[in-house]
Amino acid sequence: MLSCKEIYKTFNPGTINEKKALCGVSLDLAEGDFVTVIGGNGAGKSTLLNAIAGVWPVDAGSISIGGEDVTGLPDFKRARLIGRVFQDPMTGTAATMQIEENLALAKRRGKSRTLRWGVTRAEREEYKAQLATLNLGLEDRLTTKVGLLSGGQRQALTLLMATLEKPKLLLLDEHTAALDPKTAEKVLEATERIVTEHGLTTLMITHNMKDAIVHGNRLIMMHEGRIIYDVAGEAKQNLRVKDLLLKFEQAAGAEFANDRMMLN
Amino acid sequence: MAAYFASLNFTNLLGRLPAGVAQGLIWGMMALGVYITFRLLDVADLSVDGTFSTGACVTVMLILKGWNPWAAMAAAAGAGLLAGMVTGLLHTKLGIPAILSGILTQYALYSVNLMILGMKANQAVSVDKYHLAVSGRNVNKAILVGGLVVIVMIIALYFFFGTELGSSVRATGCNQQMSKAQGININAMKVLGLALSNALVAFAGGMAAQYSGFADVNSGRGAIVIGLAAVIIGEVIGSAILGKRMNTAGRFVFVVVGGILYYMVYTIVLWLKIDSNLMKMFTAIIVAVFLAVPYLQGQRTSSFARAARLARSKKEGK
Repeated sequence: MLSCKEIYKTFNPGTINEKKALCGVSLDLAEGDFVTVIGGNGAGKSTLLNAIAGVWPVDAGSISIGGEDVTGLPDFKRARLIGRVFQDPMTGTAATMQIEENLALAKRRGKSRTLRWGVTRAEREEYKAQLATLNLGLEDRLTTKVGLLSGGQRQALTLLMATLEKPKLLLLDEHTAALDPKTAEKVLEATERIVTEHGLTTLMITHNMKDAIVHGNRLIMMHEGRIIYDVAGEAKQNLRVKDLLLKFEQAAGAEFANDRMMLN
Repeated sequence: MAAYFASLNFTNLLGRLPAGVAQGLIWGMMALGVYITFRLLDVADLSVDGTFSTGACVTVMLILKGWNPWAAMAAAAGAGLLAGMVTGLLHTKLGIPAILSGILTQYALYSVNLMILGMKANQAVSVDKYHLAVSGRNVNKAILVGGLVVIVMIIALYFFFGTELGSSVRATGCNQQMSKAQGININAMKVLGLALSNALVAFAGGMAAQYSGFADVNSGRGAIVIGLAAVIIGEVIGSAILGKRMNTAGRFVFVVVGGILYYMVYTIVLWLKIDSNLMKMFTAIIVAVFLAVPYLQGQRTSSFARAARLARSKKEGK
């Protein structure tokens, strides 16, 4: 479903701030794969997701989604194939617009936007039903401005928007990191349910090793712009946090002491 | 002092107010354009100073050529649309900051407007010789025509911003990253919003030129500030009257109400025999005050000065 071939990206090349963020990353996802991504700060996790989403062009390499080469397409053109949820709950929704308007914008992802009415009566019913599955009481607040919702509610809404029209690829960039533990768990549950229900091909970054092990059928670990560990199936199910820490220690060496704090 | 007050004639003021309403309606149309960029697209577009004059120049020259005034104003709106697109393209395609793009367009339009007027600074169009849509000579008709046009504009804008395309423009103004993630071409939406806004402004410029009976290259100077004044006065009055029931249609209506109120104040200031040249300063002060109010309100509930005051009073209390 997703195929990245030898992707390179360097930020601020030729300056003192030069940062080789991706150094030849190759990654293939089969349809229905739910892959968790872990790694320390600056490992290139978010950069990889941004490269796939098309936030900026890659320096070298190619990316294709669902068999279609998207290397030359900017993010808004790739959006018809991709659903995204960001780390900051404020990023994924339009605060001054109503819940139903936000959903309607997402419903039309990848379609041409015309002078037809922005939200139709028929879709309102659909949105109500979809919002009810989140269990947050949002189904009765269709015309509430999103800016009045809590961070957790906004993140759940963003998740719903990202999957309202089934994307070929779902990108979750630490989407529970900014939430309190209880809300984070709720959003993660909703994620698990939606992804499983529709068999969505998913890439999920997380800082929580336990989550990375529990969720998904495959796990990759990144370090200094490379994928250093890739485990799937039964081997992944049997992983323990200890194993991951060890793996990370081997790869990272001396830097590990710093990163260990963060990974826990 | 007594002589000054004796010289003020209240009946005279009442007689002048309708003209204030007529002008307020015309500038209210302009303010609708400013509202689109300033509030919906979140861009302070300074090209309107130029496009208002462009609208005036195009309308008057075409009427002098024998055009129907409505066709002339439609052409003016087209010219405004193009100018707005130029601003939008300077911003999105060439990466020039939005505010600077507007300034560049506005600056260039001064020359363009002079060329349209045949290298003259102004050009008269007499209501005696030509058929005009509105004229200061017939204020009641101007109010009627202006009012109708404003109603049509508000209805059209209300529906447009409820459509898929209009929603995308609003989303772009609210959250660009979210818009891109939903597949919206934010650059195209910015150009569209700026074009639409400047089309309205140029149309209003054409109307204002007919009302005053001439087009002037400087007629749009400060239009952005007057537009902002109308938008902000309208918002304050609107939220005072409607409160939480304020909706999109209400916002558009109150923008025009803001324009009318602005011209009422203007009329009263003139009636008080204050030099009209001081009006620009008053307008700037009004806009600054109203823009500052929300900020200062926030400061009242949360500021360092308040925190220090509370800490002090608690210490003294003990």
